[in-house]
Amino acid sequence: MASVALSEAEKVYIVHGVQEDLRVDGRGCEDYRCVEVETDVVSNTSGSARVKLGHTDILVGVKAEMGTPKLEKPNEGYLEFFVDCSANATPEFEGRGGDDLGTEIANTLYRIFNNKSSVDLKSLCISPREHCWILYVDVLLLECGGNLFDAISIAVKAALFNTRIPKVRVLEDEEGSKDIELSDDPYDCIRLSVENVPCIVTLCKIGYRHVVDATLQEEACSLASLLVSVTSKGVVTCMRKVGKGSLDPESIFEMMEGSSARLAAPLGHFPAAPYQLVTD
Amino acid sequence: MAMEMRLPVPRKPVSESLGRETKKHLVVPGDTITTDTGFMRGHGTYIGEEKLIASVAGPVERVNKLICVKALKTRYNGEVGDIVVGRITEVQQKRWKVETNSRLDSVLLLSSMNLPGGELRRRSAEDELAMRGFLQEGDLISAEVQAVFSDGAVSLHTRSLKYGKLGQGVLVQVPPSLVKRQKTHFHDLPCGASVILGNNGFIWIYPTPEHKEEDAGGFIANLEPVSLADREVISRLRNCIVSLVTQRMLLYDTSILYCYEASLPHQIKDILKPEVMEEIVMETRQRLLEQEG
Repeated sequence: MASVALSEAEKVYIVHGVQEDLRVDGRGCEDYRCVEVETDVVSNTSGSARVKLGHTDILVGVKAEMGTPKLEKPNEGYLEFFVDCSANATPEFEGRGGDDLGTEIANTLYRIFNNKSSVDLKSLCISPREHCWILYVDVLLLECGGNLFDAISIAVKAALFNTRIPKVRVLEDEEGSKDIELSDDPYDCIRLSVENVPCIVTLCKIGYRHVVDATLQEEACSLASLLVSVTSKGVVTCMRKVGKGSLDPESIFEMMEGSSARLAAPLGHFPAAPYQLVTD
Repeated sequence: MAMEMRLPVPRKPVSESLGRETKKHLVVPGDTITTDTGFMRGHGTYIGEEKLIASVAGPVERVNKLICVKALKTRYNGEVGDIVVGRITEVQQKRWKVETNSRLDSVLLLSSMNLPGGELRRRSAEDELAMRGFLQEGDLISAEVQAVFSDGAVSLHTRSLKYGKLGQGVLVQVPPSLVKRQKTHFHDLPCGASVILGNNGFIWIYPTPEHKEEDAGGFIANLEPVSLADREVISRLRNCIVSLVTQRMLLYDTSILYCYEASLPHQIKDILKPEVMEEIVMETRQRLLEQEG
């Protein structure tokens, strides 16, 4: 993760501020920065989205391609994730520097989507065992300003909402060979339902309290974070601890019950009503 | 607890300040400034196809026969006598490398640093070994530019009690061209915090110390918790400075103070919303114009 150097006194200032629920930019411990979401930004993809969360800038493109289903799940399509940490974000990502972070984020995305309810994979099937839609989700990190996982999950959700998969018809010949026909009309497509796509909430432990949406400076002061992926109905699909510090089981319970439960509803209403100021 | 999402809106162009009669001639790289060959070319220009062409984006400045373009967004170019705030990146033999948002890291020589207690003596080998005890990687210092080397690197000194290691506070990074050159860059604002406006674009906001300590350069950092009232002032100032920078206003003590006063009706975290930012900066601009006129 990109990191900033901070002096001891600055770290002490940040930690004491978090204990008193007043962060450096005036937010409380459970306040997010303003998020800007834009969809349909890349023209040659099936769906795309760009999310700006403070100084973090993420671009996601989804391409739908036809392929063969996996052997163990012949009636379903699937998603493939790829994360590219571009050197634009920070000089640390130059060359192969961003690969570790990229694979970590991609693995987290695989984990949070690894359940039956997030995306209706059966709707991606064209003909069982032969053809299905594969959605290649490509994430590009343009700028790194802290709280990457949250922004990426919001962007992936918005891009999936924006994805248009063309409708196909399977025609049977007399000899039995199948022919796939794509409809010519660009508006004749199926859209995915993203109601149950989870969003990630990162809770960074700073001192004795935890904060949501940490900036780079706050991340430098925190030793351990908890990543919780939660849907709008409050269902937790994945939980992960990152960082070299330790978390008390009591505090994990408190973090999950408190923050992620409260944030599930506001995150869930998006992207249907992106202009709303949702408060609790 | 709130989470706000919005669609991106095109940014409104910064409105021209109302009192100015002469419009500045703004150029972007590649623009022709003049086809008259009688002018000498200065910084930010080059001659191509018998025309004078700009190589940076900014206003054209003309002094008699010399034409130059002053870049709006640039790295800090050091000049002797500037006050800078920098972060230590490396500890080397007999000197520290300081990051000051310039093209090359600045240099702080061990001999340019005040010893604790203010003693004056030649630096010995023990001082060299104890360098990390004074300043470590990541520490923030305030210093003055002593000299500029031929390659553009800047040499700093902290030979006064007002410079030295910085304690608790908040650092804001702004483009160097937005910091106005003034007589003094250390300000004790009446709202209850102090601010150091570094010429290199690093702005340091910190709680006003109760009494002026006489220890040289504040090497012993005060790590006691800062009171909540002071923290609110510091956070509000930080957000005000960020909003002034977004609207490209010059930063000096008066503009920061007026912006702070204009932001008082709003909550601290609301100041970062685009509509509120525009409103308070508009009010600040009005007050500054009234004060001039």
